[in-house]
Amino acid sequence: MTQEHKHRDDLSGVDTTGHEWDGIRELNNPLPKWWLYTFYACILVAAVYWVLWPTWPYIHDGVWTHTNGVLSYVQRDTVRQELAAVAAGRQQTLDQITKTPIENVASNSQLMEVALAGGKAAFGDNCAPCHGSNAAGSKGFANLNDDDWLWGGSLKEIQQTITHGIRWEADDETHQNQMPRFLKDGMLPRDQVNDVVEYVLSFSGREDDKAAATRGAAVFAANCVTCHGADGKGNKDLGAPNLTDAIWLYGGDKNTILETVSNGRGGVMPAWNSRLSEGTIKELALYVHSLGGGK
Amino acid sequence: MTELSLEGLAARAAQEASHPHGVAGEIITPVNSSKNRPMYASRVKVYPKLVHGFFRKMKWIVMAVTLGIYYLTPWLRWHRGPGLPDQAVLLDFAHSRFYFFFIEIWPEEIYYITGLLILAAIGLFLVTSVAGRVWCGYTCPQTVWTDLFIHVERWIEGDRSARIRLDREGWSVRKLFLKVSKHIVWLLIALATGGAWVFYFADAPALADQLWHLDAPVIAWGAIAAFTASTYLLGGIAREQVCIYMCPWPRIQGAMFDEESLLVSYKADRGELRGPHKKGTSWEGRGDCIDCGQCVVACPMGIDIRDGMQLECIQCALCIDACNDIMDRIERPRGLIGYDTLSNPDRRRAGLKQRFRIARPRTLVYAAAMLLVGGIMLYALTHRQTLELNVLPDRNPLFVTLSDGSIRNGYTLKIQNKELTGHNYRVSIVGLDGARLIRAVPDEADPSMVLVGADTLRAVKYFIALPPDKLSQVKDGEAAFSIRVTRLDDGTITETETGFRGPQ
Repeated sequence: MTQEHKHRDDLSGVDTTGHEWDGIRELNNPLPKWWLYTFYACILVAAVYWVLWPTWPYIHDGVWTHTNGVLSYVQRDTVRQELAAVAAGRQQTLDQITKTPIENVASNSQLMEVALAGGKAAFGDNCAPCHGSNAAGSKGFANLNDDDWLWGGSLKEIQQTITHGIRWEADDETHQNQMPRFLKDGMLPRDQVNDVVEYVLSFSGREDDKAAATRGAAVFAANCVTCHGADGKGNKDLGAPNLTDAIWLYGGDKNTILETVSNGRGGVMPAWNSRLSEGTIKELALYVHSLGGGK
Repeated sequence: MTELSLEGLAARAAQEASHPHGVAGEIITPVNSSKNRPMYASRVKVYPKLVHGFFRKMKWIVMAVTLGIYYLTPWLRWHRGPGLPDQAVLLDFAHSRFYFFFIEIWPEEIYYITGLLILAAIGLFLVTSVAGRVWCGYTCPQTVWTDLFIHVERWIEGDRSARIRLDREGWSVRKLFLKVSKHIVWLLIALATGGAWVFYFADAPALADQLWHLDAPVIAWGAIAAFTASTYLLGGIAREQVCIYMCPWPRIQGAMFDEESLLVSYKADRGELRGPHKKGTSWEGRGDCIDCGQCVVACPMGIDIRDGMQLECIQCALCIDACNDIMDRIERPRGLIGYDTLSNPDRRRAGLKQRFRIARPRTLVYAAAMLLVGGIMLYALTHRQTLELNVLPDRNPLFVTLSDGSIRNGYTLKIQNKELTGHNYRVSIVGLDGARLIRAVPDEADPSMVLVGADTLRAVKYFIALPPDKLSQVKDGEAAFSIRVTRLDDGTITETETGFRGPQ
């Protein structure tokens, strides 16, 4: 009665599965028993794992959570511990940087390496929103890569600026002084404003109207030299920019300079001493100084 | 059109009567029915018997040499210079270097390892096509350690028949003692194996000291534990099961043989008809095989070489020794089992001279491929650049305008010194007229000089400034130029092309 679909391979003497593909048959060799037991052992290991470690996700009070396992192991705790250990190590170096005068940090290659890395990170967290991710700046926010510094580009001066800010009223030692609103406050009539702007443009040989520029020289001498100097090269103690160079914080075209003289300028930078530690501010100063323009 | 005949209708009526619902009830068994076959095979324990002879001696020598290489290599010293490891063979993951005697490989030169693997693969093909599974039979670690473990078993429990007897008898103090001692010795060998492994990845004497004082890194203990466990399991417990069920090579090797490959074979043309033979009787009309089964009991895989070429046969040639021993005793010529080709039995039957041809297209192609790959590697190794320069221009900001109207770009220079001594290098600008080179952090007296220590990479930040009157070189926002690094003592030069960006 029973029709056996059994086929034996002549060459090997092993039964085949009975399937045939274009004359090719598959030998039906049995799996070794230990292989099966290894499989069971793997299932057992998985079960033990479920009991010991976090495994199954489920919804509790509408929030996804998971079983914790009897060992209550949380990988985040390990990460937290490792981060705390790293922070403790950093704190030690930061303390050393805090204690060391800034010029000496710059000459200590080991501290400098840490300071530059820390400064770069702190810059990204605190300064980049205004000065740009790599301190390239934008209109009204100084490019810190160049060699033009309103308030001085030495390590000490940069540290001072970051610590106390610019026109930051809450800080007594902040950089004060600002560009007056010559037209808006009626200090100069419109034609004199135009003349003095032509004179300023003549520093870089860009004046449109020679006569106006000549007239402007007198206006400049009467109103501007106190801060910008007789030669227009500025004064970093007063935050007065050099008007003869190629760098303009707000723009060096005639209309922008007209706007600047008419309405004044008074950009603000926060005093960071209330938010950042002395060590971090030192790191920032060293980083900014290293961008290529430091004096 | 179906022709309606009386016979046809009658046959259909009969069929419908036997299948009332019109459904044909076939009697069939599924092809994978468990009735048809055993689902799982129990392991048949193999008790290999000790043999003596040429191939057994060869295997002892190969075992001593391979184990010697494995255990002793990490202890070889090779002086490289101050600050560099003096271990001849070292995989230094912490500093991402691989040291092999006079050769040193950086991570980006991993293609040397690829080359070695290709050489090893083709070498395996060549050896297999010439003389079968020489790798499996003599030098594979699985074979070497299994052979060692079997030897330990034989030393403690006795040879084949004693071991079979021991396994059959009930538990006794003696049996317990023998079994426990065997496993302890196995575990000690396994521990030594795992212990030797970790010395390839760290300075061997220092790590040995750490292990001795129990303050070695966790990873070292983990590696030792893993290798101890796997050596014990694979070499002691699993043995031939690894070759039969786990290893892919037996499946591939079939494609490497041809009818001219030398394989450990039973010469059926000489051996058959086999059967017991009484001393003093004639050998006329029968074969030389007396069916004594010594080739089977000697086999570590537990197979019968007389069944022909088999997946399980690792070609360790121990059956040759076993058979030769018998042939000597029955005073018949040796070599009933021996290295033979697949085509020789037919040639002998046809009265032709047997033929051994090692140089044939297949082996020549493999040998040529090995020579080619080896030659390429040797060329690459002898022409290896020991000074390399990578230039990474600043991308943000692309350029900076300085107060005098100059344009400044920033570059990070990565200078690789692959020599085992430190060197001074001079950085210069090629092809950018009037450019000024400025060191970002002036940490050396001469800003254009860079000291790169032995076998390291140093990254140095430079600025290059172009004065306003030279800016006409920057067309469409970019000027191509090169940065050159010159080694001071011998004038070796390397140049990398890069770009100077400026306003559009």
